[in-house]
Amino acid sequence: MPDDGRAVAGVEAVFREEHGRLLATLVRGFGDLDLAEEVAAEAIEAALVHWPRDGVPRKPGAWLLTTARRKAVDRLRRDKGYAARLALLRADAERAEVVAPPASDDTDDTDVPDERLRLFFACCHPALPMEARTALTLRCLGGMDTPEVARLFLVPTATMAQRIVRAKRKIRDARIPFRVPAADELRDRLPGVLRVLYLVFTEGYAAGTGTGLQRLDLVDEAVRLTRILLRLLPAEREVAGLLALMLLVDARRAARVDGSGRLVLLADQDRGRWDRALVEEGQALVVRALTGGDPGPYGVQAAIAALHVEAADVETTDWPQIVALYDVLARIEPSPSVELNRAVAVAMRDGPAAGLVLLDALRDEPRLQGGHLLPSARADLLRRLGRTDEAAAEYRAALETVGNDAERDFLTTRLDEVTPGSTR
Amino acid sequence: MKYMLLIYVTEPTTAPDPAEMGPMMEAYENFNKAVAEAGVWIAGDALHGSSTATTVKVDDAGTRLVTDGPFAETREILGGYYVLDVPDLDAALDWAARCPGSQNGGSIELRPLVEFPAG
Repeated sequence: MPDDGRAVAGVEAVFREEHGRLLATLVRGFGDLDLAEEVAAEAIEAALVHWPRDGVPRKPGAWLLTTARRKAVDRLRRDKGYAARLALLRADAERAEVVAPPASDDTDDTDVPDERLRLFFACCHPALPMEARTALTLRCLGGMDTPEVARLFLVPTATMAQRIVRAKRKIRDARIPFRVPAADELRDRLPGVLRVLYLVFTEGYAAGTGTGLQRLDLVDEAVRLTRILLRLLPAEREVAGLLALMLLVDARRAARVDGSGRLVLLADQDRGRWDRALVEEGQALVVRALTGGDPGPYGVQAAIAALHVEAADVETTDWPQIVALYDVLARIEPSPSVELNRAVAVAMRDGPAAGLVLLDALRDEPRLQGGHLLPSARADLLRRLGRTDEAAAEYRAALETVGNDAERDFLTTRLDEVTPGSTR
Repeated sequence: MKYMLLIYVTEPTTAPDPAEMGPMMEAYENFNKAVAEAGVWIAGDALHGSSTATTVKVDDAGTRLVTDGPFAETREILGGYYVLDVPDLDAALDWAARCPGSQNGGSIELRPLVEFPAG
């Protein structure tokens, strides 16, 4: 007999894995997110009572689903008006049903059909505000509760609860469907889902605010959800590209921050501490992302990340190839931040003066105003050119807008280095 | 589910050129035909310009305040509407994207109609 503590931990692990799947199946069956969430939670509660006592059932997913369905039926019996509304909803939903969900190549021993793709597309629907999309995705697919999601985004629970309630109300009232877009719609809709996952990842990796440089729980969750999405859409090369990008960046996790939590630049990282298993998995995925057609933006960014991790050091990094990939990226998804990164790569290929010319051309770019990225990049190139006074001014400008403590420490250290006579 | 498609357009400052109106009218005729054939059309009309608009408001004392002009003065005005009955927001968005009102610089706002329970 397992002791209770272990059984409960086991239940929680199962719950986290099964939650998205359970919820998606219930939404599919009942057409209502609130009802699905309620009865999913009740089924979990029941599991927490029964499983430690009777043992975890052989098919935990099926057990949870049966229990939740029974609770939903009970609830609908008690509330006839609710049931009538749901029946109406369901009739319409069936009318809308034009595509069968794609066959999943899931080989795990699950006993519940995987309907999570519908949930991805509903939670990431463009008719919802972006901050609600990330929150809903973490809640519905990540199996997190509202306080957990609130903590991850560093907002009060009440704020997050309101955000989620509003989003769910819009899903219900505007009737945002739980459906997988047809093949010809996927081109328009998939980037929106990928963007949500990428935002969760970057929010965790380069935390915009807060004391730590990285919020690893967010990073892990983004990777986990992207893995699920790739299992559901194995033929979509951009999903492979996004997962590759995440893994290749995340592989540097241990080397990116030093013992005291300070940022370590790529050039100074101990490459022996990079996670080789993640690198290899990421490299294989890059190949998958770039094979069989024009590359997408995530595939190209993953290829850039792959070139970084394949080099022994910054000097022998294939900078000409990286610049070429940024050229491709600037063509398929032009943005000021792509131009900024390209300028930094050009500085590595042709020297800091060449990079500075390109950065100067971005000075009036409105989307880079008020951020620390442009002044930090300029500061670094000016420092390498020995123009220390100008570099110091740029470090000060960057410090005015940086929101993350670890990056602030880094910029302060660099400022001290270029300020003669400074003591610390 | 019924959705109202509110078509917002920039109001022309001069009388429209008939040569330009032709293709636009034809596009609307095609759209009208498509929504009718799909069986989703409930209602739809074009509106006269905002210079014909009158706004009325009744205050707490019951006094009627009538003013000339639209409710809000904006560069883009409500030019027309459709009410369509479709299964969900994705279907409504598909129709809105096919409607000439969302093209050529116009925008369409979609709002679900509240359906009160019968009886």
